[in-house]
Amino acid sequence: MIRNQLRPAILLTLVFIVVTGLIYPGVVTAVARLVFPNQASGSLVTVNGQVIGSRLIGQQFTQPWYFHPRPSAAGSGYDPTASGGTNKGPTDRKLADTLIAGAIAQAESAGVPKGRIPTDMATSSASGLDPHISPANALFQVARVAAARGVDSTQVRDLALHYVESRQFGFLGEPRVNVLALNLALDNAFPRPASARK
Amino acid sequence: MTANGWVQILFFCVVLFAITKPMGIYMLKVFDGSYRWLGFLERPIYRICGIDEKEDQHWTSYAVGMLLFSAVTMLVTYVALRLQGTLPLNPQHFPGVVDRQSFETAASFATNTNWQSYSGESTMSYLSQMSQLAMHNFASAAVGIAIAIAVIRGISRRSAGRIGNFWVDTIRGTLYILIPFAFVLALLMVQQGAIQNFSPYLTVPTLEGAKQTIAMGPVASQEAIKQLGTNGGGFFNANSAHPFENPTPWSNFLQMIAIFVIPAGLTYTLGRMVKHQRHGWAVWAAMFILFFAGTTTAYWAEARGNPIHAAEGLDVKASSLQSGGNMEGKEVRFGIANSALFAVITTDASCGAVNAMHDSFTAIGGMVPLVNIQLGEVVFGGVGAGMYGMLLMVILTVFIAGLMVGRTPEYLGKKIQSREIRMVMLAVLASPLVILGFTAIASVLPAGLKGLNNSGPHGFSEILYAYTSAFGNNGSAFAGLTGGSYFYNTTLGIATLIGRFAVIVPALALAGFLSERKVVAESVGTFPVATPLFVGLLISVILIVGALTFFPALALGPIVEHFLTSARVLF
Repeated sequence: MIRNQLRPAILLTLVFIVVTGLIYPGVVTAVARLVFPNQASGSLVTVNGQVIGSRLIGQQFTQPWYFHPRPSAAGSGYDPTASGGTNKGPTDRKLADTLIAGAIAQAESAGVPKGRIPTDMATSSASGLDPHISPANALFQVARVAAARGVDSTQVRDLALHYVESRQFGFLGEPRVNVLALNLALDNAFPRPASARK
Repeated sequence: MTANGWVQILFFCVVLFAITKPMGIYMLKVFDGSYRWLGFLERPIYRICGIDEKEDQHWTSYAVGMLLFSAVTMLVTYVALRLQGTLPLNPQHFPGVVDRQSFETAASFATNTNWQSYSGESTMSYLSQMSQLAMHNFASAAVGIAIAIAVIRGISRRSAGRIGNFWVDTIRGTLYILIPFAFVLALLMVQQGAIQNFSPYLTVPTLEGAKQTIAMGPVASQEAIKQLGTNGGGFFNANSAHPFENPTPWSNFLQMIAIFVIPAGLTYTLGRMVKHQRHGWAVWAAMFILFFAGTTTAYWAEARGNPIHAAEGLDVKASSLQSGGNMEGKEVRFGIANSALFAVITTDASCGAVNAMHDSFTAIGGMVPLVNIQLGEVVFGGVGAGMYGMLLMVILTVFIAGLMVGRTPEYLGKKIQSREIRMVMLAVLASPLVILGFTAIASVLPAGLKGLNNSGPHGFSEILYAYTSAFGNNGSAFAGLTGGSYFYNTTLGIATLIGRFAVIVPALALAGFLSERKVVAESVGTFPVATPLFVGLLISVILIVGALTFFPALALGPIVEHFLTSARVLF
């Protein structure tokens, strides 16, 4: 019973490696490249012929004239070779007193009223690469961005609202703003402040 | 909780109901051999492997085939991971995986667990991901479905212990169900933005002028089978929260459906095979009620948010401009409802993929996934594993009902006697022994405590969740726990093996025993298995066996943590 089933066990393992482990991903890759080349290679964003990132992967922004993404626990922040969250639990002191309280203090110093801070503004995402922020988060950043660029805040606000993606098919997921796309649009619409131009 | 959140959850429920019957019929036809549209591929595989497709195996022979196949695939993976550094398709030049991690990973993927103590993007080459990990995603899923079909055969036929052919069932499940569905799903994933390439990692200057290295790989093909086979092992560390694995709410919805489609369909297959369709739907109903209760609880807890963080100034109220609630460890595009729903689905099934970090859920929100696994993952459950796990519970229910009225219990005309119940109890009792035993050991040994990322009750929950997930072959985690140590790699690897085979072998034995019994006519003393009473009793048995066993442990972890959160105690 054992000896006569050893042969199928070994040979079927090899068949699985070839069929499901090599042919299947190979065919998917070939078809994906042909039909959806942009997505298959990472939805890359190009500026003046230079790839500057992926539309789907969040980037770190710290300058006041850009919209900022959520806090990130991926490596030292938005490191796609070390994706992940803080994995801190609800009663964790570091999460409550350092990470979240720190982000809240920063938001308050930028003028967000206490108690109104959007949850995504002070919490880390699951992937550490979340490309989006909530519309509330974006709107609270409008004043800072407009001041740093020396432009009227209603113009920045209009641009941010224009970049709000609604729910997919009208009901799936949550409304959101792609930070990289919005910041690219900002650079196109308004000049960066003189100090930032090189 | 918001109206839109409920609309999304109800939409999922409606689609789940709608796909149950077509999927069930398709699987029925595949396994009885009437759909042979890939016969030109199927027959050569039998020839190459030396399989006699006409052979009807005795349950012992079926079990030996399953054990041998699992052992060989596991060994091959161990060797391939150790030698990774010398094998091709490794553009990042990752070295061989260390011994303890290779053992655990091989055990974990061969048992359909996919617990990961490594980060995919910094450990595994493209060849290891595809030819080993994704290969197991197919193989272990096909084995699970095969076992479920074999167990149903044992219940439905009278065949002196013969329950089908392990090799034929495994090959058919892969060829006709897993590969075609995974292929379509993979392309739908790419269309939404999941990546699929063999490029080396890409280093780019960001808009602010910093450098960012973007991890690449054949992700979508692995993603599809990861969900469809309820495997759950992510290509990247962040799993289905990673935008390259799960880019949009629609891809997220498709992944959730993919997890449940086979387990839900199997309830219909059950009804057809035992010629009692209403019984199949009764099992579906029991599963659905438990699923819906879990979803409601988790959604409520996560939408309510964390009172400690709210007191510090976070606005946890949902509005049209933000999802509010507890967003720590969640993605903006999914929000609260989809994160809670995904967490329930992935742990009702033995999937273990995550689109949010369970470790950062609120105490009650995190307890729901934990309890789901402890119930035995019979709520739709893993592919096949959910069905044979549920059938053990059904037989236990019928047995208890029989004892209550003082009659010899029978299930679908077959008498349930001591040797059948002995097999059920073997499978049922292995779970507390392994989960609570290992948790107790890890909670006192320095080697166990060293891996914690949280202290206080949440640290205990991390350990409890780890062994629960390993035994349940789930693979999700309170991922703060550092599982990459000799202690955790070894004990978790052993827990996955016991969790798989200490349930499968008794289930096959039970099927063999039942197939030896003659069918007796239904009498007034027969407990009907398609009534609301049966559904209620089945749910009670599942809750009593699962929840009561683990209640003391839960009290020390998430339950006390819930009260401490309300009292704003930090650790």
